Amino acid sequence: MKNYFKPAVFFLSLWPIYIIVYQLIYNKLGPEPVDRIINHFGEWTLIFILLTLSMTPLKKITNSFEWIKFRRMLGLFAFFYASIHMLSYVGLDYRFDFEPLIDDVLKKKFIFIGFSAWLLLIPLAITSSDKMVRILKKNWKKLHRLIYIISIFGVLHFIWLSKTIFFKPLIFLIILIILLLFRVNFRKFNLS
Amino acid sequence: MKKFKHSEITQEKIYNKRRSFIKSMSYGLSALTLSSVPLINAKANNSNEPTSYEDITTYNNYYEFGTGKGDPHRRAKNFTTRPWTVKIEGEVEKSLELPIEEILAIKSEEKILKLRCVEGWSMVIPWLGFSLSELLNKVEIKPSAKFVEFETIYNPEEMVGQRYPTLNWPYIEGLRIDEAMHPLTTVVTGLYGKPLPNQNGAPLRIFIPWKYGFKSAKSIVKIRLTKNMPNTAWKNASPREYGFYSNVNPEVDHPRWSQATERVIGESILAPRIKTLMFNGYGDEVAHLYSGMDLKKNY
Repeated sequence: MKNYFKPAVFFLSLWPIYIIVYQLIYNKLGPEPVDRIINHFGEWTLIFILLTLSMTPLKKITNSFEWIKFRRMLGLFAFFYASIHMLSYVGLDYRFDFEPLIDDVLKKKFIFIGFSAWLLLIPLAITSSDKMVRILKKNWKKLHRLIYIISIFGVLHFIWLSKTIFFKPLIFLIILIILLLFRVNFRKFNLS
Repeated sequence: MKKFKHSEITQEKIYNKRRSFIKSMSYGLSALTLSSVPLINAKANNSNEPTSYEDITTYNNYYEFGTGKGDPHRRAKNFTTRPWTVKIEGEVEKSLELPIEEILAIKSEEKILKLRCVEGWSMVIPWLGFSLSELLNKVEIKPSAKFVEFETIYNPEEMVGQRYPTLNWPYIEGLRIDEAMHPLTTVVTGLYGKPLPNQNGAPLRIFIPWKYGFKSAKSIVKIRLTKNMPNTAWKNASPREYGFYSNVNPEVDHPRWSQATERVIGESILAPRIKTLMFNGYGDEVAHLYSGMDLKKNY
């Protein structure tokens, strides 16, 4: 792998930040800036989760191990954007007013599931280092399978918060289903 | 399978960078958190200052032109609004077909009214229009008429959103007859002293300021007086979330959006949400329409 691949992916992954900074400076966030920021980072979180999930299928399709090298970075970016998404909701929209927030988390299923997805991302981010891979051994893989649940929660969060499934939530759902189908071992079923 | 050493997958140099990456991320997050702390007690503008023409005409929910807020502005530019007729039919002695010119000849006046969207945002709009009762008085309504139904034009050629089953097209909205006759129920013909822009529901729409925005149907071609409660578009799509009445009510929670507060369109990123008022602040005028009714049940 070329040396500059990883830094290049890193700086490309900062794209959502460049956009918001640009729009903030030039006052282009639109009539509902807070909403815009929350949605922007929410969508990018989902995109990064789906990108993370694409690395293994890409490895299989192209028969190249290169892709896996980006997986951790993309996953950490997903966590990074999920955290900005959540913090802008808690801080910018609700101003750390926790009473209505807790009410939201408990009463609104899309917030409950979104918040759960973010919580589940934390152990994955913490155990992302090589050291943790070594310490956890086989359990690491088991633990990191949580990303499948997180991705489903994330897409459900998007579907439930939208007034209709058309079209963005539907597109995310279709891509997720395709990516998850790659994980199903069909040969196992054929044997029986 | 060949076993890879970790050092083969990630070079040590890059691996070491990861730590500083995580560190810088956490700095970024804490900076974001800290920066919003002083804003907690900022006060939002709750005056009746009209929202800018730009915001009113570029930030729209008009699913006939797409589900994005910017879609109607972009896609409604060439929407055909002439010739146009509005039919008044149903429980009337003699149904009536009015050319749009005849309706626009009714004297419009400026009505500055607040729009509260079910999604939790609001605008103050200087509409041009007249009370719906003036239009309904052109027909003789039978005593059997209990509801009024509004139907938006079905024109998938020009309304690209209607090519997809986002909602059951055409869009249907409705009111109880006493709500429809209320002087605040407005037939809108323009805004900011200009003819109504296409993305806001040209050539004419209805506006009911004490109800969530989706009750105010756009680009109306039919007004039908009915015996039974109309099967309105959003109630049809999700009866649990959208009731027939859909009065602005901070106490009745929507499964997705908090109805206790709202964001004022056009305010800065630092402005907090403001408290949502019962009947969107028009309680003095309209509360009597619902006396004795359980508004939590009849949401």
